[in-house]
Order: sequence, then C-alpha cells, then structure tokens
Amino acid sequence: MNQKYLIPLTTVFLLFLVAYTGVEGAGLHQVFGIFIPYLAVLAFLAGFVYKVLGWASSAVPFRIPTTCGQQKSLPWIKQNCIDNPDTSTGVLLRMVLEIFLFRSLFRNTKAAFNKNESNTLSYSWEIFLWLGALAFHYSFLVVILRHFRFFTSPVPSCLKFLEYMDGIVQLGLPGLFISGAVLLLATLFLLARRVLDAKVTYISQAADYFPLFLIIGIAASGLSMRYFTKVDIVGIKTLTMGLVTFSPIIPEGVGGLFYAHLFLVSILFAYFPASKLMHLGGIFLSPTRNMANNTRAKRHVNPWNYDVKTHTYEEYEDHFREKMIEAGLPVDKEE
Amino acid sequence: MSNEIKPDELLNKIDYAPASGNWMDTTGSVQIRPGMYCYAAKAESVQTLSLPNARPWNPLEEDWKLPDNWQEIIFQAMKERLERFRTFKVFMDICVRCGACADKCHFFLGTGDPKNMPVLRAELLRSVYRNDFSTAAKILSKIPGGKALAGARPMTLSVLKEWWYYFFQCTECRRCSVFCPYGIDTAEITIMAREIFNLLGLNIDWIATPVSNCFKTGNHLGIQPHAFKDMLEFFVEDIESLTGVNCTPQFQKKGADILFITPSGDVFADPGTYTCQGYLILFKYLKDKYGLDVTWSTYASEGGNFGFFTSHETMKRLNAKMYAEARRLGVKWILGGECGHMWRVIHQYMDTMNGPADFLEIPKNPITGTVFENAASTKMVHITEFTADLIKHGKLELDKSRNADRIVTFHDSCNPARGMGLLDEPRYVIQNVCDNFYEMPPNTIREQTFCCGSGSGLNAGENMELRMAGALPRANALKYVHKKFGVNTLGTICAIDRATLTTMCEYWVPDVQVYGVHELVGNALILPGEKKRTENLRLEPMTGFEEEDDE
Repeated sequence: MNQKYLIPLTTVFLLFLVAYTGVEGAGLHQVFGIFIPYLAVLAFLAGFVYKVLGWASSAVPFRIPTTCGQQKSLPWIKQNCIDNPDTSTGVLLRMVLEIFLFRSLFRNTKAAFNKNESNTLSYSWEIFLWLGALAFHYSFLVVILRHFRFFTSPVPSCLKFLEYMDGIVQLGLPGLFISGAVLLLATLFLLARRVLDAKVTYISQAADYFPLFLIIGIAASGLSMRYFTKVDIVGIKTLTMGLVTFSPIIPEGVGGLFYAHLFLVSILFAYFPASKLMHLGGIFLSPTRNMANNTRAKRHVNPWNYDVKTHTYEEYEDHFREKMIEAGLPVDKEE
Repeated sequence: MSNEIKPDELLNKIDYAPASGNWMDTTGSVQIRPGMYCYAAKAESVQTLSLPNARPWNPLEEDWKLPDNWQEIIFQAMKERLERFRTFKVFMDICVRCGACADKCHFFLGTGDPKNMPVLRAELLRSVYRNDFSTAAKILSKIPGGKALAGARPMTLSVLKEWWYYFFQCTECRRCSVFCPYGIDTAEITIMAREIFNLLGLNIDWIATPVSNCFKTGNHLGIQPHAFKDMLEFFVEDIESLTGVNCTPQFQKKGADILFITPSGDVFADPGTYTCQGYLILFKYLKDKYGLDVTWSTYASEGGNFGFFTSHETMKRLNAKMYAEARRLGVKWILGGECGHMWRVIHQYMDTMNGPADFLEIPKNPITGTVFENAASTKMVHITEFTADLIKHGKLELDKSRNADRIVTFHDSCNPARGMGLLDEPRYVIQNVCDNFYEMPPNTIREQTFCCGSGSGLNAGENMELRMAGALPRANALKYVHKKFGVNTLGTICAIDRATLTTMCEYWVPDVQVYGVHELVGNALILPGEKKRTENLRLEPMTGFEEEDDE
C-alpha cells in the first residue's frame, strides 16, 4: 500500500479517536470544546496573515502576466479584454472569473497519444476536474456559511434563506441539505482522481491526501450527526455561542462525536496556513494573473533595479575601429 | 541529420502512465543521457562575462567541480530570490498538485517522462524549498507523522543533478501557466533555477557562448561589424538579381527615423535569411515611396537575448545596447524584427530594466499617421504591428499570386503568444500576402500554442532527441493540416523557430518548409521599378510566373 495516503488516513482516524475518547473516556470537554478551538482559530488567523504579508513583502520586479488572448495594439484589431487585459477593470474581471469560476481550469484538456494506429496526439476537453473543483469549493462555502447559524442569535434572515435554498429538494427528515451531500461526493471524487489517475497519483504527496481525508472526516461526522446519530443541537448552540461571545461554557449531554467533529475542524484551521490550502490567499497575489498586460504602454518600476556592467558602444568601436573604417561603416572617432 | 534515434523509435518510447513509487526516492537514479542534455559551457565564454566558477567540466562525469560552499550558495540564492520575486515565493507555496498542467508540456507529451510534468518539475525545487525555507514544514517535521506531510528533502548533489537535467528540459514556454488555476508559471521557476546554476558555473555552452559573443561583438553569432555588413550586402545582390532593384540598407545612420533590430539568426541562418531579405525589400519600398529612413546597427545587431536564459542580470546587460544605440543615433523610435523571446524581453522587461526611454518619441508611423499607443513608454514596435498597419491603410502594393504556391499555416511562438498576445497581427499580414491560409487545430495555436521544443537556448545539436521529442506536439498538429489541406508552409515570427522548426519538419513532416512572415511579404511586395520576378526569394520558380521562352 502507498504510504503517501496511508499515513494521512491513519492520522485523520487517530485524530478522530483522540477527541472521541478524550471526551467520552477522559472527560476532556474543556480541552476539545474550548481550548483547542480557540487555539486553532488563533493559529489560522496568525498564520494566514503571516503568510500573506510574507508574499506581499516580496517585490514584483517585472510585469509579467500570462497573456491568454489578443493584446491591445492597433485600434482595428479586437483585443481580448479579459484574458489579455490592459486596464485594471480588465484585470479585475479576469481575477473575478478566475477566483469565482476557475476560468483557467475550465480550459483544461486531456491529451491522448494513439500509439501505433496513427501515432497522433489528440486533445479533448476535460471538464470533470473543473466541475469537481467547483462543486467542492461552493458546497464547502455553503456548508461553512450555514454553520454561522451556530454563531449568531438571532439567526440572520439571509442565512435562513440560504438554508431554505440548500434544503429545497425537501427530501427526508431532517431535510437533506444539498451542500453537505455534494461536499462529501466532491471530496470523494477528488480523492478518487488522486488514487486512480496514474499521473495524479505520481505527483500526489501526503500533503494532498491529508486535507482530503480531513474534510471527508469532517463532512462524514457532520452528516452523521445531522441525519443518523442525532445530537443535542440546543446544547451545541450553547457551546458555540459561548465561544463566540468569549464566555465559553460546556453544556451537558453533547456527545463525543460532536467533539471529534469540532476537533477535526480545529485541525483543519490550524493546518490551513501551513499548507497548500493557502492557495485561497495566494491566488489574489499571483503576478501572472493580477497584472495588466500594458508594459510597453506604461513603465513598470523594479524596486531593486541596479546598474550592470555593459559593453558600451565606445568599447565596441575601440575594438573594431579599423575593421569598421575599412568596411565603410561610420565611426565616431577616426583615430 | 545527426540524430540517431528514428522517429518510430521515439514514438515507441512514449507512455503517459508513470511508474509507481515515490519520485523523491528515485533521485539517485537520474541518468543524464546523451541526446537529452546540452554540453557544458566553455570556460572562456563564462570568463568573458565575468560569471562565477569558469572551468572545464562535464555533466556526465561524477565530479562537477563545484565550489566547496555550493549548498550555501544555493541557499543564499534562493533566499535572495524569494525576496526579490513575488512570483517565486507565491509559486513555491500555493500549488495544490491538481495535475491540470501535467499533460500540457510538450516535453512530457513527447517523452512521457513524469518529471517533465510541469508540476513535478517545480516540485523538484519546491521539495528543497520546503526543507530549507518553510516554517510550517519545519514545525510539521517535529510532530509524529508530520515529516511525511511536509514533503521536504535536503539539497544533495543528486538533487542538484536532477535539477540541472530537468530545468534544461524546460523551454520557458508558459503553456502550463495558461491552464494553471493560480497562474503558476513554470518559466519563472526555471528562470530561478537557471540563475542558481549560473552562480555555480553550471551553464550550458549553447547559451553561454552566444551570450558572451553578444556581449563582445554585438550578436550571438559573433559576427564582426564588417562581416555583418557583408552578409546584408550579399542579400542585396541576391535581391537585385531577382528584382533588378538595389535594396542596400543603411548602418549606424545618425538622425534616421527608425532603428531596426532583429535577431542575428535572420542574418546568418537559412531560412531566416529570406525573412531578412523581406525586411530589406520592405524598407527599400518605404524609402522610395514614402521617404522613411530606417537604419541598422552592427553594435545593436542582436534582437535575441540569450541572457534571458542565464539570469535577469545578464539579460539586462545584453538588452542595454538597444536603448544605448537608439540614443546615440538619435532615432525617433525602434522597430523590432520577428523573434520570440526577444519580444518577451522587450515587451515585459526592457523598459523596466533599461528605461525610461524618454529620449525617444512615442512611436508614430509617419506613413499612416498611426500612433502606437501600446508602445508609448517602451517605444519599440513589432514589425508585424507595423506592417499590419501599413497594409490596413493600403500603403503597400502587394501581389498575392506570387505566394500562390504557398499553402500556409501559422505557428504562434510561445513568447509573443503568452507573454504579449501578438496573435492577430501576423495572421492579418499573412492573409494579405497569400491566399491559402489554414489554422492548425484550436488546442495547438494562439495562447495554447506548442513550443518548437528547442526554445530558451536548447536549440543545440547534441540534445537532438530531446528537441525532436519536444517538437512532437507541434509537428503532430502540422502534420494534421499538411494531410488535410496540403499545407506546405509553416509561417513563424521567430528566428529560433525558423531554425528549429526546419529541423523538426525534416524529422517529422518532411514536405513542409518554414517561412518567416516577412519572407512572404518580401515575395508579394511590388518594388517600384522592379523587373518581372520569376522566382521567389529562395530562387525557386513560382507557378504562374514562368520565364517565357524567347530563345
């Protein structure tokens, strides 16, 4: 078996058990319900800010967008204003499409080599990674937003509307939230891709499987609490409201499964800034996407530009003067 | 052709399913293989540029004669570059290894070597970055199981050799960057890796020697001023015998309207030489008809910039000649010939490095009145922008039928496509000078264009297997239109392409010839007072223009 995914899988499993037994067996409610969540949020905020400031402190010496369409040049040639923007409005549009719709990933193709028959390469549109990624990110977003009902009292009407829309299929009791199911399925799809596609398996690291297993664990424990094992929802809200108002209390009657769920979420928060999940912040700072392609029209300044040794015309002419004169090339100095 | 491996053998090797196992563990097994790498730089060339660690060395030998503190040099170099380049720092941190880039690289498609997947090429460096620079990875390594999570490995000699092998199997074409959801640009990472090699004296000769020539003599090929002039005069004779018109160019003329700079490959190597003749014909036409005064320079006789493949600093040193010469001659603005990486340097770097060009005027075409607003600061215009403008305003008298034999497709060069967006200008010019134009399949052109497989200084002779493998995706698309539409001409706007695609065609698609866009222009353009042409610039007879029998 491949230890690149066995280690993360075991880790997530152990983490779950630690919290579950820690609460059920050792009675460490305070630790897993109050102490660790606070610590995790703190680590997340501090780590996120540290990371983003770190990137921002690095210079952007050159304006080097990747251009994915026609440049702005002659007035009668139609520019691709989004994929090759020359204004900040265009850049904004490009970034919005990139961040919210994963525009670059949408282009994805799959190459195939038809060996022996025709020996040709062919390319087909590969939409599934884009679909899977979009489903994963948006369902996760909705799930996170829905959870704000645990941190607000009264619950704002926009959250209620979101819940209403999320449960619009009106299936089962308690009503099925589409987002939760999609989140679990999308994560499983992304995992299957890593395991089954030989190329992706080869490039995958333990650091790619760990967040996937973690999120699967979070989603599975969450779904299980809502639909199967049931939990004391009033008790949980007491705990979460206590956390958010900085007057934490541990309610009676909330079981170990909830604490395990909360612990996995805490781990995700703490791990976030230390991991590839920071692409959430990084995408905003990617110079190949967030810059306008107008370097020839507007000068870009490099903060660390320094003088270099060049070979001047004078040195050149000194070197070649005789040959230049003989060839009838103009020279600055005849001697 | 010196390549020993036959096309069929090369095709048989391709397999996109990588071996199992952890690539990090296989580092020691990296075999630097003849046909896949370029020879080490001659000590002399490295010395001319006063770059570090000039010495004879051989990549195939165990001992690379590195400085004793080579690990320290790498560490410091990475540290400095992480501070200087946000691209580098962000791209080290945010890759999620989604694999969208995996099958976008021509070297992966041509070799099936998993370490040619852009993501993995970058991971070669990232794994060391995580070991040496990531606080998170250092913390993780301290907790149980965390070491596996960190994905880090220390810098060893075999890692360095692996870097060297694979970062000289990247042509900095940026195709992967088009598909990356975060815009991660492997070219940036390769550029950093090559800067590090440069600090250790691990240059390749095909880059270092042209750079040293360019620094000293003004161009990559080391053509001395009188020889440069001779070569252009030789073209002038050819054109005169063909058209009866003398197109003698001007050199270093002070006070000319425009300074023209093109890659020296156009002056030296077929079929670029025919493109060069196209420029001469165009400038003669504009001089006679409209009095436009264009000058060439033997000092700034290189548009290309192999410094770009060495380090940012070397790029700047070579590029400085363009503005220096424009200022010395007192021209109004600069016109640039057909070249790929030259234009990436001009478009995205030149003004920042060596500007501001406040001694030049905002480029204005005096014939059409068009002001090139898109070049208002850099003051350098691409020749296809210039020619497209002339054609649009009806300023050129063109006879398309002289290109009737040419069934043309257009290869977008990586740099103008993905570092500039110069896509429709050359197409407009082509379609106005010949009637038969067909596009290659959409996944292989414009921003998705495939590299010639030999860019970024890899167009040497000794790495031919690598080059032909890397050229496979381009050749495959070309073969498709060759079979379907009878395409016999591959148009390009890149001097390296003109050389490398010619080799590619001989190997993969033997019936196709490589043309520069301005060669087609030169054929079609009717010079005032010219005699009836019966042959094109290659001195091949043109259908419909046969010599009448009058014996």
